[in-house]
Amino acid sequence: MPILEHLWIIPLLPLLGSAINGLLGWNWPNKLVHSVALGATGLSFLCALEAVREFFANGQQLFRKEFFTWITAGNFRAGFDLQFDQLTVVMVLVVTGVGFLIHIYSTGYMAHEEGYFRFFSYLNLFMFFMLILVLAANYVLLFVGWEGVGLCSYLLIGFYFLRKSASDAGKKAFIVNRIGDFGFMLGMFLLFRTFHTLDFTALFAQAGPLPSETMGQFGVLTVACILLFVGATGKSAQLPLYVWLPDAMEGPTPVSALIHAATMVTAGVYVVARSHVLFLHAPTALYIVAIIGCATAFFAATIGLVQSDIKKVLAYSTVSQLGYMFLGCGVGAFSAGIFHLMTHAFFKALLFLSAGSVIHALGGQQDMWKMGGLASKIKVTFWCMLFATIAIAGFFPFAAFFSKDAILFAAFNSETSGKALYAVGLLAAILTSFYMFRLIWLTFFGKPRYDEHKVHVHESPLNMTVPLMVLAFLSLTGGWFALPALFGGKDYFSEFLSPVLGGEALTIPNAHELELKLSVVAMLAAAVGLVIAWRMYAKDVKEGKSEGLHKLLYNKYYVDELYNAVIVAPLMWISRNLLWKVVDVGVIDGTVNGIASGTTAIGDKVRHTQSGNTRSYAVWVLIGAVVVFSIIFWPLLHPALVGGMR
Amino acid sequence: MIPTSYYLLLSAILFGLGTVAFVFKRNIITIFMSIELMLNAVNLAFVAFSQSLGKPDGEVFVLFVIIVAAAEAAVGLGIIILTARNRRSLNVENVNLLKL
Repeated sequence: MPILEHLWIIPLLPLLGSAINGLLGWNWPNKLVHSVALGATGLSFLCALEAVREFFANGQQLFRKEFFTWITAGNFRAGFDLQFDQLTVVMVLVVTGVGFLIHIYSTGYMAHEEGYFRFFSYLNLFMFFMLILVLAANYVLLFVGWEGVGLCSYLLIGFYFLRKSASDAGKKAFIVNRIGDFGFMLGMFLLFRTFHTLDFTALFAQAGPLPSETMGQFGVLTVACILLFVGATGKSAQLPLYVWLPDAMEGPTPVSALIHAATMVTAGVYVVARSHVLFLHAPTALYIVAIIGCATAFFAATIGLVQSDIKKVLAYSTVSQLGYMFLGCGVGAFSAGIFHLMTHAFFKALLFLSAGSVIHALGGQQDMWKMGGLASKIKVTFWCMLFATIAIAGFFPFAAFFSKDAILFAAFNSETSGKALYAVGLLAAILTSFYMFRLIWLTFFGKPRYDEHKVHVHESPLNMTVPLMVLAFLSLTGGWFALPALFGGKDYFSEFLSPVLGGEALTIPNAHELELKLSVVAMLAAAVGLVIAWRMYAKDVKEGKSEGLHKLLYNKYYVDELYNAVIVAPLMWISRNLLWKVVDVGVIDGTVNGIASGTTAIGDKVRHTQSGNTRSYAVWVLIGAVVVFSIIFWPLLHPALVGGMR
Repeated sequence: MIPTSYYLLLSAILFGLGTVAFVFKRNIITIFMSIELMLNAVNLAFVAFSQSLGKPDGEVFVLFVIIVAAAEAAVGLGIIILTARNRRSLNVENVNLLKL
């Protein structure tokens, strides 16, 4: 059976797994629960592989099929249409592959948790929505997946819902995403109004021949792109909507790895890349994307420098790396952005899973100041995490070396303040290297700062370490698609994506030489970060007092407090003093109570007619009879009366 | 022949008297009789029209009214007797159990 013809089966399998576990699994043993979940995801992965094979066998032709029509209204049609092209290949393989590994890891990490079936049910549901998102052939279906992953993110952040901080974090993620989604929807409406379709193929075919808008011009395409990007800033945690992602670390660690590092948060980058035809017509929007991405990359990295919670460091690192991806897209190097998306999925999932393994080993400790000296005790975790750290720092020949360099190279050559973007990006690279090696030193070296008598440090079981090793291998090799480019050959990754995203025809003299030079500079930057971290943290360190700049960074620039004061508090005030006390109590309750008390008051007056005096009733009967007869005979009497008066 | 309007005038006077008595008298039996008076005033109007139009419809109506009045008298007098036994009075003002 050709899978491509039945593409729906890839998302359907996780949905089935989710439904089975969610509806029936509540009293099943763990083994049965995770067999169903792993089976669904694994089969989905195999189907995806087979689909990719068929895609290649068909000569990499865009495959698109309309399975059924979902909504029709006038000339609007939204269908369950799936498509499969080069971009989808990358996304589907990352989602199902990394997703499957994280499912395996979860069987170990979550083994002793309450609500095992619930966890896997949510996780499978997430896979379903994420696959819908990447397979969708129109914006409406994409938005279904987009909202669905948001829902699953909410459910999984609040997985330990008895903890108030967790349920608050879930709500925060959901509400902040709503703001972004509002922009996304407006963008869709605007596109539909302009092009009368939301289908990718049809829409891009219409938009393609249009003249490009100029820099500083806010035409329809620019506004639509900016609105779509607002959605992307919500989902992909960019300035100014990034605040939910660090809080999302309240969820179980595999969730942080799958949803808040590898897949869901990259959906924004995917949407921008998918809509690149529109963005290329809107240089202003692209410029905004680049600036926001670059600023986020730097901003989040600075916060990551001083955090003490191991997962918070990784969370800010994720925000920062997502900024890189947007920077790549913003300077027109969409394939570089997607390349970084892929390598980031590998090494950031690995970082989170390793961090989970460390936390697991220490029995739930997340504070790096209470770790230290773990390298010899949990060797597998240590080596995997080191691999991921080298990869994210961007050392040759690890994955991010290639992808980050591609982005920085594209930024360097960008016509719109490229040098400045490059400089900030490079600075962020130094910071990245610094905070990651700081994490390594604090966690794995030095003297143990935990209570060695109480904590029994143990390596994680095989079902946790094997996914780590696979991801470590991918973190090493994931960037090698671009390896030949280093020796003057081709970048196979961007060449593969070029039918979808278009090739960047760079006409720079000595492009190859320049790229080599920039690579060396980037390596030096990573080395600088490494050396500073080594100088500061290789000795035995204690948590110092937090003052000045450190305090500002440690408190995340007080952005949460600022948002609280500027947005949340006034909203609460309005809700409390206007909406509650005036509108709800005054208007709504007032109307309802007014009707009730008015009825009572009328009744109070009218009841005096019920005097008990029979003769007064008789009078009422008489009056009633007169009135009724008057009404009946009025048409007869009327002309006579009128005539009589004449 | 006596004009129809004379009959109607007499009927209206009788009906008016019945109405006034119905509203102002206190004795239940008197009230009951005033209802009978009103019914018969209407009967008079019916036969007057029947005569002037030369159609039997009015007379048929009168027969029905007499039948209903007879039934009403049977039920009504029964109620009055029971009321008189329970209340030891025929004053309508004393029949006020439903009063607030």
